[in-house]
Amino acid sequence: MSTAILPGQGATRRLMRNAGFAIGALIVGTVFIVAILAPWITPYDPFAVNLDNRLIPPSFMEGGSAAHFLGTDQLGRDYFSRLIYGARISMIIGIATVITSGLIGTTIGILGGFYGGRVDDVVMFLITARLSIPVVLVALAVAGLLGSSFILVILVLGLLLWDRFAVVARSTTMQLRTLDYVSAAWCAGSSQMSVLLREILPNIATHLAVVATLEMALAILLEAALSFLGLGVPAPLPSWGLMIAEAKEYMFFTPWVILVPGIALFVLVLGVNLLGDALRDMLGTDLSR
Amino acid sequence: MVKFLLRRLTVAILVALTVLTLSFLLTRLSGDLAISIAGPSATAQDVEIIRQAYGLNRPVYVQYLDWLFRAVQGDFGDSYFFRDRVSNLIGSRLPITLTLGLIGLGLALIVALPLGIIAAVRENTWIDRSVMMVALIGQAMPSFWLGLLLMVWLGLNLGLLPISGTGGPEYYVMPGIVLAFSAIPSLMRLTRSGMIEALSSDYIRTARAKGLSRLSILVKHGFRNAAIPVVSIAAVQLGFMLGGSIVIETVFAMHGVGYLAWESISKNDYPVVQAVVLVLALIYIALTLLSDLLNAVLDPRLRTA
Amino acid sequence: MSALLDVRDLRVTFGGTAAVRGISLTVEKGETHCLVGESGCGKSVTSLAVMGLLARGGRREAGLLSFAGTDIRNYGEREMSRLRGDRMAMIFQEPMTSLNPAYTVGSQMTEVLRRHRGTPRAQAVDRAAELLGRVGITAPGLRLGQYPHQLSGGLRQRVMIAMALMCDPELLIADEPTTALDVTVQAQILRLLAGIQKELGLGILLITHDLGVVARIADRVSVMYAGEVVESAPTAQLFADPQHPYTRGLLTCVPVPGKVRRDEPLGSIPGMVPRIPPGYSGCAFRDRCPHTHAECQGDIPRRAAGPGHEVLCTLPAGWFARQAA
Repeated sequence: MSTAILPGQGATRRLMRNAGFAIGALIVGTVFIVAILAPWITPYDPFAVNLDNRLIPPSFMEGGSAAHFLGTDQLGRDYFSRLIYGARISMIIGIATVITSGLIGTTIGILGGFYGGRVDDVVMFLITARLSIPVVLVALAVAGLLGSSFILVILVLGLLLWDRFAVVARSTTMQLRTLDYVSAAWCAGSSQMSVLLREILPNIATHLAVVATLEMALAILLEAALSFLGLGVPAPLPSWGLMIAEAKEYMFFTPWVILVPGIALFVLVLGVNLLGDALRDMLGTDLSR
Repeated sequence: MVKFLLRRLTVAILVALTVLTLSFLLTRLSGDLAISIAGPSATAQDVEIIRQAYGLNRPVYVQYLDWLFRAVQGDFGDSYFFRDRVSNLIGSRLPITLTLGLIGLGLALIVALPLGIIAAVRENTWIDRSVMMVALIGQAMPSFWLGLLLMVWLGLNLGLLPISGTGGPEYYVMPGIVLAFSAIPSLMRLTRSGMIEALSSDYIRTARAKGLSRLSILVKHGFRNAAIPVVSIAAVQLGFMLGGSIVIETVFAMHGVGYLAWESISKNDYPVVQAVVLVLALIYIALTLLSDLLNAVLDPRLRTA
Repeated sequence: MSALLDVRDLRVTFGGTAAVRGISLTVEKGETHCLVGESGCGKSVTSLAVMGLLARGGRREAGLLSFAGTDIRNYGEREMSRLRGDRMAMIFQEPMTSLNPAYTVGSQMTEVLRRHRGTPRAQAVDRAAELLGRVGITAPGLRLGQYPHQLSGGLRQRVMIAMALMCDPELLIADEPTTALDVTVQAQILRLLAGIQKELGLGILLITHDLGVVARIADRVSVMYAGEVVESAPTAQLFADPQHPYTRGLLTCVPVPGKVRRDEPLGSIPGMVPRIPPGYSGCAFRDRCPHTHAECQGDIPRRAAGPGHEVLCTLPAGWFARQAA
């Protein structure tokens, strides 16, 4: 009797969410596989310059050539091959940044939420201080000082984007700490470390997963912006942001040169965000600022 | 209430001092600053001259205290590249960045508030879903790319607006749109969730039971409460927008502090970079304080507690 | 003369679930009609349906829904909003959350009068202060400038009542107005409602689960179970001669002065109010009823059990009296 027919609205909503999840997973999964398989699926060497074949439009446009599916860039390099290698860069940056910042932020946040008091004051102070630092500017300044490199971008982003991990880890730990089963484990004589690892971490993991998607999207966008400004991933690596920067001079004559890497970037970030939204809906919590 | 604000003020001052220290350390990251300033083609002799000229031969803590003391007084030294006081440079560029930020925030609010309210009123209909779709698209749009697209479309194809540069009001339109686009998703989501919460509350039922007009129920009773978090987030959002101004100002060649910072980074002009980081951080800190204050003004429970 | 509020065969459904299944009730001018039942039986939904305040997804149908001689079944939101707050007012269970935290008491009270009568601000403030005094609030002038969070629960409920009276309504619907309050405050509020009614002669439809409240204030009682009125009678009659097994069950659960003996334990009704699937027929109480029999599966006739006393049960008249004998 209690399993009466559900109102139609709830069912459609669930379907919508599933659709968002499916699209997100499809996008991110595809980019991930493409990134891994890059050396085997690229038709050309992404670094091979051919000055006789500069700025050939994509094959489906007027003047395009079947030999180059997405055309060639200003140095005659195959755009499709560069795009595929660019997926590698975005994925590595996204994942590596999330791992670094996730470790830092989660540690800080759990400490603050678990111990409270003075420790928490320090943690809150760190979070406030971190938020007041303009990320793009500092990342650019560091890159300008130390010379831009792939590793540096990961390090800088990883060291700067931990704030939301810390905020969420802190508040969820704080809620958990007062719950019965945590107190029970505590009273049963478990060590602090084992309470943290066995009771707290698994229970805040889902919340952290939502943050991870948000931060991954942000890291991918920031890397593109840094590379676009010339202080991110150095040339000739085919970062999508760098491809847009290099194509900028030609965009008024051949707009597709900025459309191709831009759409790729947009779609990947959209996919990551869709995954995050679906996760958040599943959890039923609102973590948006 | 006063106690709460005093506490926030103390934290803000501490954070400001931390940021001061960090921005000093930032320029010392590379080890020997003199070599960086002199550039790759300099001889050992050049480096030594620079070291003397900028006082870089003194112990680091002396340099730090000296810099800190001056910075607190608003003296950030001289620019290596622009041959001017850093404070003058920032003073002349900051109004452009602030104007741009306020235009961006204004546009964002004009779009985000009505859409957020409509989405909440029509929760779970196609209208709501379309609005949320707009939020998703806004979140995924790289701002510099959107800027370039607008330059091609509005600037070149339609010829409506100047493509780039600094000048009259028409130069602020495209960068303003791009900046607004980056703030719209979070403001819209917040308005929507706040309104959904407000509309399902008991006092809205009371307002309906009193026979008030639909407008009064939605705006006077509903939005008034949903607006509290939105307004305070908007202040913080402005801080983030100013921090991100470097990308948009560079794309549109607008000569604000962001562009100044970008130029200075590529010219190894560290006193300027340091000062811009500091100024933007301080503005952000001031905005968070303002946000606390606004919260207190808008929420009677905080004001009279 | 027709009744102030005359509801016949009111049905409310949410999606596939029937919350109210064809109830009829009337409220005369100057009468207090109590609607009693366990939580989840549909009594709040009934009151919201009368006011046109059902939550989204709720569908209302009725054979008749007449207020002061006019059928308001087909009134739209705009017409209903003219009536609400003016000629029919409502107060709610949660005084803590029913007032808007962002506005002062005065602003929330005066807006009713300004909306319905276009009364100038100063006059509306005078009226609000007068009513605050009438509901027993001292220093009304001070209270008008205060925010809801500065008032206690009892004070807020008094403010709600005063606010409901701003336009001199003919009908007041009170949905569990005392449930969230302390026992001593409950008594004060009930006394206040009774006093106001005598003074102003309005009709009150009071929703409650508390038979103690009913005994103190009601002229007439309707007992609701699973979306139906199972028994309806003048208050004295119902307490003296309850005819429905559910009413009898309810009465044994509650200590009513003069009705319970010191040495007998209070009763309880085993089980819960069931959810009623579409197409359900027969008595909804049969699974919990100690006197159930085969006829309870079929349609139940509504039978008279005295003047103004109706009961929805297959048991014959006088059955309980014979049992006792």
